[in-house]
Amino acid sequence: MADALVKPEFIGGGYPPGAKPFLFFRRPTARTGLTAWLTTVDHKKIGLMYGMFALSFFLLGGIEALVIRTQLIVPNNHLISAHFYSELFTMHGTTMIFLAVMPLNSAFFNLLVPLQIGARDVAFPRLNAFSLWVFVAGAVILNVGWFIKAGAPAAGWFGYAPLTSRTFTPDISADLWTVGLQVLGLSSIVGSLNFITTIINLRAPGMTMMRLPVFTWMALITSFLLILALPSIAIALIEVIFDRHFGTNFFEVSNGGQPILWQHLFWIFGHPEVYILILPAMGYISEILPTFSGKPLFGYPIIVFSGALIGFIGFGVWSHHMFTTGMGTVATSAFALATMAIAVPTGVKIFNWIGTLWGGQLRLRTPMMFALGFLWLFMMGGFSGIMHSAAPADSQQHNSYFVVAHFHYVLIGGATFGLFAAMHYWFPKFFGRLVDEFWGKVSFWTIFVGFNATFFPMHFLGLNGMPRRTWTYDSNMGWNSANFIATMGAYLLGVGVLIYVLTLIWSYCKGRIAGPDPWDARTLEWSIPSPPPVYNFAAIPTVHARDAWWHEKHHPEETAREHTAHIHEESEHGGIHMPDQSWYPLISAGSLLVAGLFFAVSNYPAAIGAVVVMIAAIYLWSLEGPGGYYVRP
Amino acid sequence: MNLAATIDHHGDPSTATGIPNKKLLFWAFLASDCMFFGTLISTHLVYRLHPPPGNPVPTQIFNIELTSFSTFILLMSSLMMALAVNAIQRGNVRSMRSSLLVTITFGLIFLGCQVFEFNDFVFEKHVTITNSIFGSTFFTLTGTHGTHVAVGVLWLTLMYIRSFKPASATGGGWVGRAVVHLLFFAVAAVLAMYATLGFVHAALASGVNGTMVAAYLSRYGPAAAGAFLAVWVLRLLGAEHGPVDFSARNADDVESMGLYWHFVDIVWIVIFTAVYLLEYVFPAGPVR
Repeated sequence: MADALVKPEFIGGGYPPGAKPFLFFRRPTARTGLTAWLTTVDHKKIGLMYGMFALSFFLLGGIEALVIRTQLIVPNNHLISAHFYSELFTMHGTTMIFLAVMPLNSAFFNLLVPLQIGARDVAFPRLNAFSLWVFVAGAVILNVGWFIKAGAPAAGWFGYAPLTSRTFTPDISADLWTVGLQVLGLSSIVGSLNFITTIINLRAPGMTMMRLPVFTWMALITSFLLILALPSIAIALIEVIFDRHFGTNFFEVSNGGQPILWQHLFWIFGHPEVYILILPAMGYISEILPTFSGKPLFGYPIIVFSGALIGFIGFGVWSHHMFTTGMGTVATSAFALATMAIAVPTGVKIFNWIGTLWGGQLRLRTPMMFALGFLWLFMMGGFSGIMHSAAPADSQQHNSYFVVAHFHYVLIGGATFGLFAAMHYWFPKFFGRLVDEFWGKVSFWTIFVGFNATFFPMHFLGLNGMPRRTWTYDSNMGWNSANFIATMGAYLLGVGVLIYVLTLIWSYCKGRIAGPDPWDARTLEWSIPSPPPVYNFAAIPTVHARDAWWHEKHHPEETAREHTAHIHEESEHGGIHMPDQSWYPLISAGSLLVAGLFFAVSNYPAAIGAVVVMIAAIYLWSLEGPGGYYVRP
Repeated sequence: MNLAATIDHHGDPSTATGIPNKKLLFWAFLASDCMFFGTLISTHLVYRLHPPPGNPVPTQIFNIELTSFSTFILLMSSLMMALAVNAIQRGNVRSMRSSLLVTITFGLIFLGCQVFEFNDFVFEKHVTITNSIFGSTFFTLTGTHGTHVAVGVLWLTLMYIRSFKPASATGGGWVGRAVVHLLFFAVAAVLAMYATLGFVHAALASGVNGTMVAAYLSRYGPAAAGAFLAVWVLRLLGAEHGPVDFSARNADDVESMGLYWHFVDIVWIVIFTAVYLLEYVFPAGPVR
């Protein structure tokens, strides 16, 4: 009877210590070195790897953008070919969205969510490693085109049908794009399922849903958006893949296919995707503003419900990307109204952040400056977004540089500024050192000025009729000076990002030692040492208030009493249980990479072979069991 | 030892909500899978509402009696799946195994019907995935569902084999036997499906009579005999060898699998209604 009540996850698998089963691979035990990183199931290591990969792709996407801007610096420029220009804007968009901002957010989900809810890891640690390696596989498939004759994908980041058909893209670049995105989607869905389970099920005692830090709330909403929005593009991609590989007619006009269907399916994913990119940034801001204002977040429940409402309405506005396709007045009006409606919860959040600042003891440290930059620039992007919601105005702005200006204000001014603030803010937690304040501020001002110089003129370029994705332009269009300013701004922005990254690297080596709570913060991750130990919390905290660590700081005796009791109780049961490392996530993701590449070049037997290896690896993974070992802090 | 009385199958005290992690993950996954099928069904219906000239007329190619039969079989497999979950929650491994075997068989019968249907459409009715938009959407949608059933059958089989893992397993010997077990499952399924479909085709072509049976046996006899032999080996492999590492503690695993299986059945009810039955409700073609 007793053994029936003890779950195998908590007693370290069904085998006695020292008799671990041998299933082709022994369970790795290395704590340092390459093996430790490749087989890790620790959410912090996985998060750091997500961050490193994503930052590299962020720099790559930035270089692509600088080449684009250099091509546009003067009229009639022939620095690069038109096709190479198409490859650049396609890969710039795809890279920045799927390989930079989304994985950077995943990095912070991994790093912060378990710490903020008082957990020792995510619910499924090996599945988490699988998400990471599948992401790497998808990134490789997307970028392999640079090194082969077919070239990189060149049909635009939303790959409108029939540009991706065999007729218009006979080479494999479109296959690499579709397969790569499909693999990335798998990574995001698996990761999101894990985070949904983690946030709902692994909360520490007393951490009710309405005490969750706002960042964790936004991670939960984002995860739900991902699992519900990605299937739409997954099926759309499958339809393109079938059209290309098996001769189906989904988007083949001559056989009754309708390319407009791609636009609907893509944007049913694509618009929630916008909120997938911005909601985590709203989460960072909601953590950073209260800390540097010395106040609790103003209107916490309203901010949470606004986030959920944005998520809901976000599924009902996709056709505002398609106002010029002739949907009819009823559909156009409905989507225009829904788009205006979604601005309400967004505006509510902005006012709540202003309410947080109001009357606070503001400390203008670098993360706070990026957070204030976010507030201002995101609001600008929001204003031009509202302008797009008016369908008649939108048909003038459609596919012009005005749109480019709008979404860069939202995605750089919003999402990326949020990420810059977050990287600066949580750097001391995970590396134990503070980022240099002077050079941090220099990077902020350089980025802020560079960003506005790049993208503000684009509003005017768009209103003056310059279409997006244009390789070059004639000198008598009146676009010369604005393009020149934008390119100079882009160089300044590039210098700013370079300063930012170099400052992080310098601080990693030489920064001032931070200590556990350098910002006098409010959430649980600051209650443990920097960098956190592998088991995160020596004692699982008991949560009594919304700002849990703030409460603990003000009730030291009660907290100490609870911690002692908890450590004693856990010690009675053998100590802290930690999951074992495993090779199988890496092996199954590696097989998926091989399968994807073989599929893209239409070598189906080899692709099926690789999928069989993947299934075998997943079965062995399940037989291997969670395993585990005990530590006593 | 009766474990059943001591385990609460609807709660897990170690999680914040009391819901076991695996079950919660599966519910979320099914929400996601709803959107996959929703997109596929929408694609099919959009193209049914806007059919190009020359599109096949579905009611002329459907074999609605066969599809109704396979729908019934799939629904009954859900019943057997529920019995399997119930059995393992009571700790009754043997009863769970027999329910799983029937579930697997019913799943295979459904897949066999789909193989027959696809064959019929392609070779008799000349509707392929490439030659019409109806073929593209129909085969992609029902094929995706069939793949889900096939994945479910594989999963059920792997769980069935897993239930034989000896309690004292320490080496690779058990894994080797499990691989052999799975191989014989695959052989039995393929041969049995091949032999049965052969019989159905022969019977449809010339009715059941002496010459037909003789011709059938000369052509499909070895496959049928092989299928019986493989099933007999499966019986041997399925013999008890002492205590196993499978009990009421694995109920969450079986139940998660059951959630998936029931979901795939429910999706089929939607597909059967939207793709098949609606064509008979509006036989004159889509209402514009």
